[in-house]
Amino acid sequence: MVERPPRLAVKGWTGFVVGAIAILVVALILARVVGNEYFFFAGYVVLQFIVLATAWNVLGGYAGYVNFGSGAFFAAGAYTAVALIKGFAAPLLVQIVAAAMVAGLMGFAIGAMTLRLRGIFFSIATVAIAVICETIVLNWGFVGGARGATVLQPPTTAFFASYNRMLFVVMTLLAVVAVALSRYIEISWIGRGLRAIRDNEEAAESVGVPTLKLKLFAATVSGALMGIAGAPFPLYMNFIEPTSAFSLNYAVSALAMPIIGGTASWAGPVIGAVLLGSVQQIVTVTMSSELNVLVLGLLLVAFVVAAPEGVLGLARRLSGKAGAR
Amino acid sequence: MTGALLEVDAVTKRFGGFVALSEVSLTVQAGERLGIIGPNGSGKTTLVNCICGSLSSDGGSIGFDGTDVTRLACYRRTRLGIARSFQVPRPFSSMTLAENVAVPLEYVVHRRSLHGADVSAEARSILARMGLADRADAPTGSLTQVGLRKLELARAIAARPRLLILDEVMAGLSPVEIDEMLDIILGLSRQGVTVMMIEHIMRAIMRFSERVVCMDAGRVMAEGPPDHIVRDPGVQRIYLGA
Amino acid sequence: MSFELLGEAIIAGVLLGCFYAAVSVGLSVAFGLLDVPQIAHPAFLVLGAYGAYFLGSFGLDPLLAGVLLTPVFFLAGLAVYRFYHAAFESRGTDAGLRGLALFFGIAFIVEVLLILSFGVDQRMVEAVYIGKSVALGDVRIPMRMLVAFLVALVLITGLSLYLSGTFTGRAIKAVAQDQTALALMGADPVRIKQWAFGIATGTCALAGALLIIVTPVEPGLGRLYIGRTFCVAVLAGLGSMPGTLVAGIILGIAESIVLTSLGASWAPAVAFGLLLLVLAVRPAGLFGQR
Repeated sequence: MVERPPRLAVKGWTGFVVGAIAILVVALILARVVGNEYFFFAGYVVLQFIVLATAWNVLGGYAGYVNFGSGAFFAAGAYTAVALIKGFAAPLLVQIVAAAMVAGLMGFAIGAMTLRLRGIFFSIATVAIAVICETIVLNWGFVGGARGATVLQPPTTAFFASYNRMLFVVMTLLAVVAVALSRYIEISWIGRGLRAIRDNEEAAESVGVPTLKLKLFAATVSGALMGIAGAPFPLYMNFIEPTSAFSLNYAVSALAMPIIGGTASWAGPVIGAVLLGSVQQIVTVTMSSELNVLVLGLLLVAFVVAAPEGVLGLARRLSGKAGAR
Repeated sequence: MTGALLEVDAVTKRFGGFVALSEVSLTVQAGERLGIIGPNGSGKTTLVNCICGSLSSDGGSIGFDGTDVTRLACYRRTRLGIARSFQVPRPFSSMTLAENVAVPLEYVVHRRSLHGADVSAEARSILARMGLADRADAPTGSLTQVGLRKLELARAIAARPRLLILDEVMAGLSPVEIDEMLDIILGLSRQGVTVMMIEHIMRAIMRFSERVVCMDAGRVMAEGPPDHIVRDPGVQRIYLGA
Repeated sequence: MSFELLGEAIIAGVLLGCFYAAVSVGLSVAFGLLDVPQIAHPAFLVLGAYGAYFLGSFGLDPLLAGVLLTPVFFLAGLAVYRFYHAAFESRGTDAGLRGLALFFGIAFIVEVLLILSFGVDQRMVEAVYIGKSVALGDVRIPMRMLVAFLVALVLITGLSLYLSGTFTGRAIKAVAQDQTALALMGADPVRIKQWAFGIATGTCALAGALLIIVTPVEPGLGRLYIGRTFCVAVLAGLGSMPGTLVAGIILGIAESIVLTSLGASWAPAVAFGLLLLVLAVRPAGLFGQR
């Protein structure tokens, strides 16, 4: 079955920008109005997954290279933030930018080593980097090592009732930025080049696509966005330790959400993150967290085999049938 | 011989213990129509891969319009002006025909000036020259064999090559379709594109080539005008046995 | 590093290396010969280890448990390949991303099921040969490493004889090289590949038993072995049995030397570094023919 990006009615940016501004305004209003703190926790988690899934898809969906170690990039962002907080009391913006640079560099390095080879070797490299990063952090006392470190939230402006609410809005902004970047890549000549690489790399080279450079670009952007997803995490949780930062859940979710939502377009990871993120919250709360993770794995396998175009593809197929009548 | 568009000089390629190309030398003049024939396994496609850069050669050198491209990446050679079609068509199956043709337009022709170019219109006009205009927005999966080969050709032409290498582009086509393809390719040649055609179908080779090279077991066995090559006893032995 | 230390590291490395060869031999078949992106191979190893642990709780010796579980794993391998083939290969789609995602999903499900069944704590087995050591000249060798070494040799030799000696074995090697020719000779390539994948998975029972003999296991251990098993399989030269043994020994010695000089934290990096080196310098591996 062949994947095609959905024919969006508006290829321009007006619709998207209007929607983005609306979402940000809604987030600000919610931050003032909603009383239930758990809402912001769940919302933050889902927004975080939107960034993570979108990031994964830039390299996985668009170019076809599968990252099994997204947790390492997420944690790299988180631990960069912690190091900056502990070392320089750096403001949030600096943490985010630094996290992007560190994680982006990681993506570039792994790409430089393995993107010339078959896809499976890139994937194996991402597993290796996850193991290596976790080892480094476990032995790094400055950020707390195995025992972890507490992170204090600085005082927030009067506009927000709590720092967590501010982070909720920040994460909304990050999600909008990530999705906007991914959409730009997708509909631009860059996205076409990446798709050519995914469809047939040798043919892409022969029509002038600089395959290695494009792949490295996608790997760097993907890594950087994952780092951004992780940067506010320590402040949000007030605490960081390796087991939760490097949790396998991030690696599997980052992969499952785009595949289930649909890898062909920027909307797929968003759909996957919202659907699965919400389902995860419900299952974890009502049943157990291990069962939640099992359900995730089963859904992943089911979709890979039976519905490779994801929810987006199913929706398009259904609407296509409806239109034909 | 200076002044030649393509100079292949003693190129060798090995796969493990197997020697696919053994010191193959070849020159192609600008504007020439060169045919390459030879039995299966004689190294024709390997030679194409080495010239285009899909494979790196183990010895010898390749010069294009005065530039040594031996170690140059494939996409850079395309940007210099070498384009090819693949023996088994390799369409970008997640894209429409127009998008397929847009890729070389965006990455070769307009790569420094993307904002000013109307890539979509240009892609459609190229497809029109192939007779595929009505299918511009269709997925590649809807094409027949001849349609796929025409798309292969359209994509190669879109890169505005000075040297076009066609690898068995006529395979599996009916006589009518072969003539159709030949007309398109001869038209390109009249516009100044140098064409190298690797083929088994002698009808196409005879109609098309100014000069023919015959390969066997990784070497050039004979070279000359088509009617000479066809009567060459060495060539006949290769095809018909001793 | 003194010569004595180096000598000890090399001996330990050879023993460790044969063990690595044993746990990688299934991947040599599945990935090397059949070109299946079997990322879940280490997960099946861990599953085999837990199988030995489970049967061990009834008093069964782990090696015996491994042998008994082999037919079970073989059948599971047949089923997994049938599933993979039906979902991907037969449709002619470029499995690529989806094939990788499928096996990653399978590996993940296996790991979670193990966590749910056994918890995250490390598990060990007991046997007569675990806990003692043997003197070889000046060097003391843990007996369990010697046992693993011997069993590994038997496993690899047996598999090697099967592949070159029996009709099915030779058909398996043939299918890797030229499917069409094999089909024309009357053998069904899909059935052959399915059988081969079954064998590859079957080895995980005994190899998994070796795993838990050599080291304590926990459900996430598979991730450490992805690098090692693929390193050995690629270095071997896709599908070669003698190559797997040699490659395993090379990795074992390399890791052993690094362990002695730089410490345990860098061990995972060795396999991965070696894999990259091989891919850069000689991707066909030691005994490969590409």
